[in-house]
Amino acid sequence: MATKTKSNKTESVVAKDYESVIIFTPVLSDEQLKDAVAKYRKLITENGGEMVHEENWGLTKLAYPIQKKSTGFYTLYEFRSTPDFISKIELAFRRDERILRFLTVSLDRHAVIFNQRKRNGEFNQPKKDLKQEGVK
Amino acid sequence: MKKKSNNSSPAMVFNTMPEAPQKKKFCRFKKNGIKYLDYKDANFLLKFVNDQGKILPRRLTGTSLKYQRKVAQAVKRARHIAVLPFTGDSLK
Repeated sequence: MATKTKSNKTESVVAKDYESVIIFTPVLSDEQLKDAVAKYRKLITENGGEMVHEENWGLTKLAYPIQKKSTGFYTLYEFRSTPDFISKIELAFRRDERILRFLTVSLDRHAVIFNQRKRNGEFNQPKKDLKQEGVK
Repeated sequence: MKKKSNNSSPAMVFNTMPEAPQKKKFCRFKKNGIKYLDYKDANFLLKFVNDQGKILPRRLTGTSLKYQRKVAQAVKRARHIAVLPFTGDSLK
């Protein structure tokens, strides 16, 4: 009985919040990058995911070389989807040669609130204060 | 006998409490009500890492156990996405 109820629960999957950071190779042209970014946005929305936020950091220096490249295009997707979609999107990331590195993280409620506040820009000032305190 | 005990007691105090009592450490997350650590924020994470890039122990930073775990998790994530280096000579 217990197992039955469990399986029922997994059938009615609840959407969770996720965040993916992807590093694209710096070799891509602007258009290629746009295509690549759009591809994954499409993949998320087509599989029942809901885009919450998308961010491009542009060409950023890496802290250490990856595949002999010292820079990369960082892209961030924040989305809501069912957990079984994650393996799908990660498989797509792995197969893509344009991607140097990716990281998908599930967000807890504090993280969701944090990201929202960061996006609204209300975070900058209290954060600076904290930083000063930390320096002391 | 008395003299000896007088001599030994300040020495013992010196052993247990070096110099003046230090300022009490506190957990900056608990104090400031921070509930989430952003692994993309390299400048913030640098405070929990020494200049070789190693994670600093709790006894130096004063972070509570609950948040030390989150610090470690965030630093490791940051390393994976090349926001922080795995090793370095002079990070600061």
